[in-house]
Amino acid sequence: MDNDTGMIDRAATVAARATPPRLVRRVRGLSDKAIAWLFIAPTMILLLVINIFPLIWTIQLSFTNYRANRPNAEVVNVGLRNYERLLTDPDVWIAMQTTAQFVFWSILLQTVIGFSLAYLIDRKFRGHAFWTTVILIPMMLSPAVVGNFWRFLYQPQIGLFNYIVSFFTGVEPSSFEMLGSVSLAPWSIVIVDTWMWTPYVMLICLAGLRSIPDYIYEAAEVDRASPWRQFWSITVPMALPFIMLAVLFRGIENFKMFDMVNLLTGGGPGSITEVASITLKRQAFEAWRTGPSSAFAIILFVAVFGLANIYVKALNRVKQR
Amino acid sequence: MTNTQTNTPDTLPKRPIYMRRGPMENLATAIIGLGFLMMFQPFVLALYTWSFITLLAGTVMFIIVSKFPE
Repeated sequence: MDNDTGMIDRAATVAARATPPRLVRRVRGLSDKAIAWLFIAPTMILLLVINIFPLIWTIQLSFTNYRANRPNAEVVNVGLRNYERLLTDPDVWIAMQTTAQFVFWSILLQTVIGFSLAYLIDRKFRGHAFWTTVILIPMMLSPAVVGNFWRFLYQPQIGLFNYIVSFFTGVEPSSFEMLGSVSLAPWSIVIVDTWMWTPYVMLICLAGLRSIPDYIYEAAEVDRASPWRQFWSITVPMALPFIMLAVLFRGIENFKMFDMVNLLTGGGPGSITEVASITLKRQAFEAWRTGPSSAFAIILFVAVFGLANIYVKALNRVKQR
Repeated sequence: MTNTQTNTPDTLPKRPIYMRRGPMENLATAIIGLGFLMMFQPFVLALYTWSFITLLAGTVMFIIVSKFPE
């Protein structure tokens, strides 16, 4: 122990000697608080420049009629009119509903499949480490890559997906088009999102399952509880905070879902898969209505921020366990 | 001895419910949840119209009450 302290002292002395005397003199004059601020300052400045400044600017733009393609035009303050229009516009309301439907179905599927996979992986069968890695692969891919290769998989003529469906159902592969059909296009996005993000939910659920101590199951077995009873009375309640965490994580991410929808359907056919982020992009960069689109971005930001608050609360509960 | 007793949490004067973090955080969470449901429900446009202000109120309230002592 004394030996360790001596080594640390020697290392500190060497480090102090290596510091230029001018810097030593300057640092000695600073309080601990000032040195702490000195360390935090670069991050704070970066955050202010990259996050806070654009946010404040967006809030300011949301009260104007500014158009980014006409930077020299007069900018008029329109008050709350942008918000008023967006919150009474049936098209925007429909985009919100579409987003909610995507979020609901993709999270439901991801949670059910993810938890089931975690439960299976937790059994520790032979080669479970290998299969865990295999299952995690989709999560590691870039959404751009995933979107592009699923476009090929969904091709009615050459797509593997249509042939697999045809193999199991007997339906002609070229008789349906996943991305072009009004009834199937929303499901095509839900399938891809589920395929990509189920491993993530599985990973969180697995952490929850691994945190359950074995002695609880042993006590339940002594009390002759059936595996079914153990599952519903021990496994599910104890893994529930983790499942909630996964749901909230995916919920926040899915509300912002843009890349996958943009690559697969671009909001089409018609506007059947037009989620809120696609509407926002169309308003901002196709119609060039920067002011109203800023207001829309703020509405979405408040929604996600509210959800993030609930997430932080849930996270604290998990920590307290 | 007397001093130790007076400092225990049992003998401290209780804060009113609107000044306690736990219940107020729960209320703020409920308001955020309500705002969420209003924003994404497919039934009444008027509820969607008022959803943003509800969400904003819930979020601001959450930020404020999360600084309250337990």
